[in-house]
Amino acid sequence: MSQLLEVSGVTVSFDGFRAINNLTFSIGPAELRAIIGPNGAGKSTFMDIVTGKTKPDSGTVTFGEKSASLLKLSEAKIARAGVGRKFQRPTVFEDQTVTENLTLALKAARSPWRVLGWRSKPADHSRIEALAQQVGLADHLPRKAGELSHGQKQWLEIAMLLAQEPRLLLVDEPAAGMTLAEREKTTELLVDIAKTRAVVVVEHDMEFVRRLNCRVTVLHEGSVLAEGSLDHVTKNQDVIDVYLGRG
Amino acid sequence: MTRSFLIRTPSLLIFIACLALFTIGVTLAAHYGLMSTSFVKTLGKTLCLCLAALAMDLIWGYAGILSLGHMAFFALGGYMIGMWLMYARTEEIVVASLLNSGLPATPEEIQQGIASQIFGVVGASDLPTIWSFAHSLPLQLALVVALPGLLALIFGWLAFRSRVTGVYLSILTQAMTLALALYLFQNDSGLRGNNGLSGLQNLPGLDAVSQDSISLWFFWASAAALALAYLTLSWIVSGKFGSVIRAIRDDEARVRFLGYSVEGYKLFVFTLTAIIVALAGALYYPQAGIINPAELAPIASIYLAVWVAIGGRGRLYGAVIGAAVVSLLSSWFTGGRAPSIPLGFMTINWVDWWQVLLGAAFVCVTLFAPKGIGGLFDYFTGLHTPDRKGAPLGPDQGSLQEKEAIE
Ligand SMILES: Nc1ncnc2c1ncn2[C@@H]1O[C@H](COP(=O)(O)OP(=O)(O)OP(=O)(O)O)[C@@H](O)[C@H]1O
Ligand SMILES: [Mg+2]
Repeated sequence: MSQLLEVSGVTVSFDGFRAINNLTFSIGPAELRAIIGPNGAGKSTFMDIVTGKTKPDSGTVTFGEKSASLLKLSEAKIARAGVGRKFQRPTVFEDQTVTENLTLALKAARSPWRVLGWRSKPADHSRIEALAQQVGLADHLPRKAGELSHGQKQWLEIAMLLAQEPRLLLVDEPAAGMTLAEREKTTELLVDIAKTRAVVVVEHDMEFVRRLNCRVTVLHEGSVLAEGSLDHVTKNQDVIDVYLGRG
Repeated sequence: MTRSFLIRTPSLLIFIACLALFTIGVTLAAHYGLMSTSFVKTLGKTLCLCLAALAMDLIWGYAGILSLGHMAFFALGGYMIGMWLMYARTEEIVVASLLNSGLPATPEEIQQGIASQIFGVVGASDLPTIWSFAHSLPLQLALVVALPGLLALIFGWLAFRSRVTGVYLSILTQAMTLALALYLFQNDSGLRGNNGLSGLQNLPGLDAVSQDSISLWFFWASAAALALAYLTLSWIVSGKFGSVIRAIRDDEARVRFLGYSVEGYKLFVFTLTAIIVALAGALYYPQAGIINPAELAPIASIYLAVWVAIGGRGRLYGAVIGAAVVSLLSSWFTGGRAPSIPLGFMTINWVDWWQVLLGAAFVCVTLFAPKGIGGLFDYFTGLHTPDRKGAPLGPDQGSLQEKEAIE
C-alpha cells in the first residue's frame, strides 16, 4: 500500500543543536500511529516540519498520491492540502465564541474574496452542532473560547481539527488536562477517525497509548529508536534505558 | 442584508440614526443662518476624519496591524482630486483671459497657459507627466482609488511577504509616509513642492454657486460616505471575514495552520483601508481648500491611531467617536477660542498646550481605560471585561488585551 506521508532523511539543527537527526517516518492513508519519546526528543519539532512551520536543513517530505513535496509550500498551503494539527498547548481563538472557532475551521474556501461572501448555510450550522455534540460542547456554542476550562479547550481544538476534514491529523498530546473518562472518549474518537484518515498521536501517557492499540514509533534525540507494537517496543532494551526506565 | 446581520450589529441602526439626525440638524442650522459656513466645513472635514478612523480601526482594531502611515493615502487621495480641481479652475481662468486678448486660442496655448499659471511658483512652465490625466474628472477620480490602492498593494506585498509584524511594521509605515512627504516637498516632484495645491474650495464651473451651498454639499457627501463605509465595514466585520482577521490579530500562526493565507488577508485589509482613507482624503481637501506635503508628516498618521485608541479600538463606533471628539476639541483649542488659564507665574495658552493635554489624555486612556470612550457603552449596558489575570487574548503583539475584551 502506498503511503500518505513520507518523511525521509530529515535533519534540523537549531544553532548547531540537532533537534531532528536523519529522521525517516511514513504513514498510510488510513492508519493510526502513536509517537512516544522523552521530553525534547523532537516530537513537536517533527510536527513543525510536516506542517511547514520549520524548514529542515536536509531530507524530503512528501504527501499524497502524487508524492508532492511539502517543503516548498507555506503553512497555509500545507493545511489546505489536507494536513491538520492540534497543538500541544491548546490554541483556540479566545476572544471568539465556540461557534466562531468552529466556523473558522470548517472545510470551505479560504481565499479573502470567497470568505467575504461566505454566509452560514443550514448544513454548516448542523455540522457545527454535530461537532460540538461530539466533543461535549453543545451547550457552550455561544460562549467565548477564553472562558472554557483547559480540558474544554482541548476538546474544542479537536473539534476544529475534525471540522477541517484533513487527510492527515497530527495530534500533539491530546489528553493533557483531561479526566480519565475524557481520555477514554478521546481514544475512541481517534481510533474511529483513523478508519478513514491518517492520524499521528504524540502522547506521554502509556495507558492512553495502550488503548490506542496501534503501531508505536519511539523517538529519541531526533531519530527513530524503535518501531512496532507497544509490547514490542516496550521490550526493547534501548527504549527501556532512555525512556521507560526513567519513569 | 439579512436579519441575523442586524441582530449581530445592534449598534449599526443607532449609528445611522444618530448620523442622520446630526446631518439634518446641521443642514437646518446652516439654512437658518445659525451656523457659519466655515463651521459647516469644519464639521464636514471632521466626518472625513471619522471615515479615515473607521478604516484605521479595521486594520488596527480588528486585524491588529498598527499601520502608522495611512494618512499618506489620505493626502494622496486629496492630491489626486486636487490636481483636477486646480487644472480645471486654471483652465477657466486661462481661457477667459485668452478670449479677452482677441485671438482664438489654440489648445497648445491653453495648455501652456495652464502650465505656467500652476507651475510658475516652482519656476517651471511645462506640465509634468503626472498631470496627463488632470484635465479629466473621471480619470482623476479613478486615480483617487488606483494610486493609493496600488501603492498600498506594493508596499503591503513587500512588507507582509517578508512577515514583518508588530513594531517593525509600524516603523516601516512611518518611513513610507516620511519618504513620500520628502519626495513631495521637492519642487521637481511635479506637485508644486511645499506650495502644494490650493484654491481647491472653488469648484470649476460653479462660480455662481456660493460657498454656503458648496460647503453643505460636501458635508452631505461626507456624511453619506461615512454612513456607507460604516454599513459596509459592519457587514464585513460581523461575518466570517471579520472572524478571520480578529483571529489573525490574536494568533496569526494558528490561522495559518487552518489553511488561511495570513499574508493575503493582511494585504487585502491594508489595501482596502488605504482606498477608504484615500476617498476620505478626496472629500476632505476640497473642504480644506489647500493641501501640501506637510499633510503627509509621520505625526498625522500617529494622530489617526491616537483617535482610534481614545475612542476604543476594535469597535467601529469607537473609532468614529474618538476621531470626532479629538479633532473637534483640537480645532476648538487651536482655534484660539478656548480661554487661556492664568496661573500667576505663567499662562496656559491652549494653542500651545493642547498637544500636551492630548498626549496626557492618550497616556491616561492607555493606562487606565484601554477601552477608551467606547468603554462607557459597555459600562452602561452592563458588559464586563473577563478576569484573565492579565493574560492577553492571544500571543501576538497586536492581540486584544485583557482590559479591551468583553466577557
Ligand atoms: N525554535 C527552536 N529553537 C531552538 N531550539 C528548539 C526550537 N524548537 C525546538 N527546539 C529544541 O529541539 C528539541 C526538541 O523539541 P521538541 O519540542 O520537538 O520536543 P518534544 O519531543 O516535543 O518534547 P516534549 O515531550 O517536551 O513536548 C528540544 O531540545 C528543544 O529545546
Ligand atoms: Mg512537544
